Amino acid sequence: MLDNIPTLPVAEIVDTITDWIEETFSFIFDPIKDDFGPFLDDLSGDYLAAIPPWIVILIVAVLAFFVSGKKFGLAIFSIIGLWFIQNQGQWEQLMYTFVLVIAASIIAIIIGVPIGILMSKSKTLQSILTPILDFMQTMPAFVYLIPTVAFFSIGMPPGVFAALIFATPPTIRLTNLGIRQVPNELIEASEAFGSTPMQKLIKVELPMAKKTIMAGINQTVMLTLSMVVIASMIGAPGLGREVMRALQRADVGSGFVAGIGIVILAIIIDRFTQYLNKQKGE
Amino acid sequence: MPIIKVENLSKIFGRKPQEAIGLLEEGYSKEDILEKTGNTVGVNRATFDVEEGEVFVIMGLSGSGKSTLVRLLNRLIEPTEGSVLIDDQDLATMDKEGLRKVRREKMSMVFQNFGLFPYRTVLENTVYGLEIQGMDKEKSKEKAIQALELVGLGGYIEQYPSQLSGGMQQRVGLARALANDPEVLLMDEAFSALDPLIRKGMQDELLDLQERMQKTIIFITHDLDEALRIGDRIALMKDGSIVQIGTPEEILVNPANDYVEKFVEDVDRSKVLTAENIMKRPETVSIEKHGPRVALERMREEGLSSIYVTDKQRNLKGYVTADDASDARKNDVKDLSQILKNDVPTVNLDTSMTEIFDIIQDTAVPVAVVEDGKLRGVIVRGAVIAALAGSEVNIDVG
Repeated sequence: MLDNIPTLPVAEIVDTITDWIEETFSFIFDPIKDDFGPFLDDLSGDYLAAIPPWIVILIVAVLAFFVSGKKFGLAIFSIIGLWFIQNQGQWEQLMYTFVLVIAASIIAIIIGVPIGILMSKSKTLQSILTPILDFMQTMPAFVYLIPTVAFFSIGMPPGVFAALIFATPPTIRLTNLGIRQVPNELIEASEAFGSTPMQKLIKVELPMAKKTIMAGINQTVMLTLSMVVIASMIGAPGLGREVMRALQRADVGSGFVAGIGIVILAIIIDRFTQYLNKQKGE
Repeated sequence: MPIIKVENLSKIFGRKPQEAIGLLEEGYSKEDILEKTGNTVGVNRATFDVEEGEVFVIMGLSGSGKSTLVRLLNRLIEPTEGSVLIDDQDLATMDKEGLRKVRREKMSMVFQNFGLFPYRTVLENTVYGLEIQGMDKEKSKEKAIQALELVGLGGYIEQYPSQLSGGMQQRVGLARALANDPEVLLMDEAFSALDPLIRKGMQDELLDLQERMQKTIIFITHDLDEALRIGDRIALMKDGSIVQIGTPEEILVNPANDYVEKFVEDVDRSKVLTAENIMKRPETVSIEKHGPRVALERMREEGLSSIYVTDKQRNLKGYVTADDASDARKNDVKDLSQILKNDVPTVNLDTSMTEIFDIIQDTAVPVAVVEDGKLRGVIVRGAVIAALAGSEVNIDVG
């Protein structure tokens, strides 16, 4: 009986919408494609990769030492880990991956935190956004790689974009949650002394929600890293591409080496963001 | 002159507040309105004045609407109807800018769980109210330190709230509220989260501070003892309505209705304390030895309007009033027995406070405490109030 109902033209509708978006917003996509992409490529390939690895390793180790509260653990790990990557000839790939992750994370934070704040202020917005965020996180990443290529062609920008869709939700969610969890009495205290909404946000809500927001940002960074391999399918350079290449050639050894590189980068970034979250008042 | 005039102030929680207001005016109860409209009456047409410099206590059990009422006063909760006049400006209809100005300059609030910002030091917390006004850093710091010194926390300015005890945290809350030198201090169950000993100390301290500062304080509490101790006037709330407003004595002596009476009866001390605990050594004259002249002289010395008369064995004979004694002296009457009055209110040593209340309401003379017909002490009205309010009680009476 169900066979009598004609197939709904969902795929066609999505195609039409995608085409429309591509044409209508080409004034946004084109500069991203033409300027932002080469910028990221230059940044990774020409500038960062041009710095001698030992200097980078040294800087990271010193930062790690201070960020972790003058302990040697993270610093030593960074030195060994980064040296290993360099030793395996993956240094340039590491730079591409690092730039991809950082670019996507920064954009995710810039977009995510304000949306999270707005969401915490409005019940309506929260109920509209929650399913959208669920959708963004559960939709298989490969699916939105397709239109992404249509919008941005191949390379870094679609990689960043795909990572954004997947990785922004935690920052939005946890910013929203963090602000909603500020004890009511503190909100009242701030209002009772005559704070403007902006003062309340900056002096009370954000400091109180800081930990939760930072946890969200940490999640976001980790999720962008997890997108690195997938993004390489649409031409994003870096360690992910090495993994992909190894997969195509059934080259277990180099796949493992590139994978270890990603893990090392993930651990270093994760510890850095966690330590940043722990400072002061503890 | 009243500094705050509250008129007909109501708050309805729910979807159809106007409908509920209409029903309230028709005299429906809180329960009826909840049933009919699904709306909850938070505060029901509260009307009262607060005089400048007084401690006005709003007392009620939890759910009586007292915390809602105090939040209507600085509009942390939007009133559904009615007005709050402060210096002749209506807070309830004021625009946001004006409201902020009032909150910054005229009213501060102290919170039950202190409402301190955990990521700010004591000093940074105290300075908050001044900081958001955009006051110069040095000047605001100076003012905050003054306020902290006032509450005895001058040495703790660099600590974080979590490093302080509850009592000290609430002092920070108080200092923060005092730092912008407001006209009105709203204190929402400010001492309720403290343990009883500390609480009493804080009450005393507040009274000391109040003596020096003469602020107008609106104090919310569910604790009658606390209300009696610190309140110049008390408003009793039930189900969102104010059921009685009066001085502590008026509330205790003339409870407006059963609810107030029950509240008053609930004061622990009224059950525990007996006549013996609160009586005073009696001033007496002897029926055998003394005449109207001595009686009058004694009353003058002690500032009394009547005096008890006993015989040598201290058996209670009655009392004489100053008026009668004065007449008797003029008419040259020598014997006290001629002007003696016998309608003496008497109680036993173990009579409870609750019973003494009933007796003391109807009498102009002090109540006599009698054991086997002998006068052991007297109880004046003030002593009952004082005892209920938790002041020192007199146990050494022989």
